[in-house]
Amino acid sequence: MKPLFEFLLRQGDNALVLGHRTSEWCGTAPALEEDIALANTALDLIGQTQLWLGYAAEVEGAGRSADDLAYLRDVYDFRNILMLEVPNEDFGRTVMRQFLFDAFQVPWLTALCESADEHIAAIAAKSLKEALYHLERSAETVVALGDGTDDSNKRMQSALDVLWPYTGEHFLQDDVDNTMFKAKIAPLPVSLKPEWESTVRSTLNDANLKITDSTFAHSGGRTGFRHTEHLGHMLATMQVLQRSYPGATW
Amino acid sequence: MSNSKEWPLWEVFIRGQHGMSHRHVGSLHATDAEHAIKNARDVYTRRNEGVSIWVVQAKDIAASSPSDKGPLFEPASDKIYRHPTFYDIPDEAGNM
Repeated sequence: MKPLFEFLLRQGDNALVLGHRTSEWCGTAPALEEDIALANTALDLIGQTQLWLGYAAEVEGAGRSADDLAYLRDVYDFRNILMLEVPNEDFGRTVMRQFLFDAFQVPWLTALCESADEHIAAIAAKSLKEALYHLERSAETVVALGDGTDDSNKRMQSALDVLWPYTGEHFLQDDVDNTMFKAKIAPLPVSLKPEWESTVRSTLNDANLKITDSTFAHSGGRTGFRHTEHLGHMLATMQVLQRSYPGATW
Repeated sequence: MSNSKEWPLWEVFIRGQHGMSHRHVGSLHATDAEHAIKNARDVYTRRNEGVSIWVVQAKDIAASSPSDKGPLFEPASDKIYRHPTFYDIPDEAGNM
């Protein structure tokens, strides 16, 4: 697989999988205002997916479209990090995951605005505006709930405990990353770790939440080596229409 | 407040474009002013409606009473000379 194609799948699949997970809240969020805010976030992410996967399909040059990549690939072809595919569980975990992701996306997209690949720089510039708002909103909600009642604090702490071991995957590095770095297409993800950590630590500190000492990191999603058992179930729902009625349009 | 778990109600005002005034567009619930502005952004500006948002807690708005409608508003109804309909406003003047 071409490294650039692989790189673009990683961007697109992160946005797609989190976008779909977020859309699962549509109509069931704890407050009407949060419901529509989550739906907006989901739509932003699906919009970003169209750009990333659209370019990926173009780079691949095999006649596939962004839709083909989203709806007709199976689990092992997905390149999202594992954190984004675990179930929503509750509102607290949903918000915590969004925050941990946004805190990475903002510096990452900021750096990609300088990419030697103009198409990538343009997608990053458009997505960054959305990511900045997502981060503002998710960070504020993490603090409000972490520093809220005993119950909300407990839920946010358990969300953090579950998600923390998944955050390390953002910063792993393989041949694809090295190739992108050499071609000045993208920075090495690990170079963004200090900024990510400072955002995360100060927000979690304001939220009265404690980070576990463990440095263990789940991995396998962004290389496609192994996904959690949850992704298959998610894709079964997400892809059911195209799988049951191939080529259906409206 | 009857139920302290309920977020307070906020009234939302959006300015559609530069030069126009803020208009009341609806209300929503939020924990504080900043949260209300974010919620207003998500609920009321999804289709590019606004360039500026004002929010104010509904309880802080003083309102006229419907039963005072007669004395408040009817005296003005037969004073058509107060309407600036006898002037031609040049297009360049913009929104009045």
